[in-house]
Amino acid sequence: MEPKEIVELIKDRFPAEIKEIKEFREQVSVIAKKDRIKEIMRYLHDAPELYFDYLEDLCGVDNMGKKEPRFDVVYHLYSMRHRHMIRIKAEVPEDDCAIDSVTEIWAGADWHERECWDLFGIKFDGHPDLRRILLPEDWEGYPLRKDYPLKADLGEMEWKGYKEVLETAERNKQYEVDR
Amino acid sequence: MTTAAKELKTKELTISMGPQHPATHGVLRLVLDLDGETVVKCTPHVGYLHRGTEKLAENRTYISALPLMDRLDYISSMSNDVGYCVAVERLFGIEAPERAKYIRTIMSEMTRISSHIIGVATHALDIGAMTLFLYSFRDRELLLDLFEMTCGARLTVSYPRIGGVRNDVSQEFLDKLYEFTEGFPKIIEDQYETLIDQNRIWLQRTKGIGVISAEDAINWGLTGPTLRGSGVPYDVRKYAPYDAYDKVEFDVPVGKNGDVYDRYKCRMEELRQSNRIIRQCIEKLPTGPVMTPDAPKFTLPPKDKVLSDMESLIHHFVLITKGPIAAPEGEIYVATEVPKGELGFYIISDGTGRPYRLRLRAPSFVHVSVLPKLCEGAILPDVIANIGTIDIVLGECDR
Repeated sequence: MEPKEIVELIKDRFPAEIKEIKEFREQVSVIAKKDRIKEIMRYLHDAPELYFDYLEDLCGVDNMGKKEPRFDVVYHLYSMRHRHMIRIKAEVPEDDCAIDSVTEIWAGADWHERECWDLFGIKFDGHPDLRRILLPEDWEGYPLRKDYPLKADLGEMEWKGYKEVLETAERNKQYEVDR
Repeated sequence: MTTAAKELKTKELTISMGPQHPATHGVLRLVLDLDGETVVKCTPHVGYLHRGTEKLAENRTYISALPLMDRLDYISSMSNDVGYCVAVERLFGIEAPERAKYIRTIMSEMTRISSHIIGVATHALDIGAMTLFLYSFRDRELLLDLFEMTCGARLTVSYPRIGGVRNDVSQEFLDKLYEFTEGFPKIIEDQYETLIDQNRIWLQRTKGIGVISAEDAINWGLTGPTLRGSGVPYDVRKYAPYDAYDKVEFDVPVGKNGDVYDRYKCRMEELRQSNRIIRQCIEKLPTGPVMTPDAPKFTLPPKDKVLSDMESLIHHFVLITKGPIAAPEGEIYVATEVPKGELGFYIISDGTGRPYRLRLRAPSFVHVSVLPKLCEGAILPDVIANIGTIDIVLGECDR
């Protein structure tokens, strides 16, 4: 099915939820509100003419200073049966930084959502095991946010695990042999 | 039952496997809850190799982000580079010349061969068949030598460029590679498959182990041979061809039972198909330039032009320092088939020389997430077989 037909179907079904449609290089993005995102996804997955059985990707985007709401959660869906794809972008504001989890629909969303929580701090309601995944469990901050520095001297704010390594190295200096 | 036996209590034992464990293919840590030898619960811990590739790429120009891609899946760096270049080219709306497309296809398939033989060999080594490991490293060496002949590097190649490839391949390279492809199918049959295909231990450790149905495999987002072992013929090279894949003939091998053995069979068959693709590409290789000449705002000019032509030198300077400043505003998701599965690039451009957001959809990351499903209920030795069969590289998983 052509992307535009898919968009029409979604629009008919959820007229109040769709905010905007964008097209670039023959790929269509549907920008949606986050409140009924799980219903939209359930429809896209179950409807026989759409049948998006494969969640290609799920990721977060930080639009700090560019637009409001600040975050997007981007879903790339693909149908193995019909060989069509669509991109859904759900808008997530900073003060209510949470969205419904889609792990019940696609099991593969599990780790993608954990990664999104880990790096952006977007919470997924209904996720079975929302923990940090790439970073240590006691890490502070969300590195892929645009206000997180690429490189900085954190001083006292440095991660505990790294400070321990430095302290151990300092302590071990007393055992160094003068050659 | 005697009273003594009644008083005996059993409890689950939690063991930590990895991150330093020879069978975890890098720094993967699994926390296993065992009831006797049966795995009750399996919790993977990843992230030991996290280098923040996505954050780094956002702070680099499109051109200088390329070497980061080498370091994702470091045993198939050429495929990652090709994937990145295809994605950025599609974002910019430019096309590589025909010759460059064929060269990139050749390189991708060489990488696929070298990655698959390592994957199968280390898998066999974990299960206890060592000879295959030695043979496959001998053959991988030939391919790495060919990479070195073309671009000077063996592992982190950075050979493809946005808009083509860095330099043309030599006739010697093509001759040697063609010679390799002539003998390779026989090597697969005589030296790889005979060693393990009728080996009773290998068959017992792989047949009926780690079974995942086609429906589950799609639902979990598996791709590559890991998905095709379950009988789903999804291959990005066929479904959304890039480079020269629509101009060559090849089959997509699929398995039937979705077990470890079928996935191994798929990889073996893919070796033959890759070999076939390389031969066709060499036979059909067109002549012409290897860098697109008509897009100086996006791609680096040829090196000889930079040294002799004023304008090319300026373009080169601006592209290196500021990046392709004429990048259009928009977003694009491009999937490519790397040896491990589907490597997706989701790039958001805000019109500057740097990607606003570069998301990497890494197949290994998704494949590790399915480990609990494969391992729970199985016995401990099958965990080793399952790690081998999903063919992961932690550099890509952790990014």
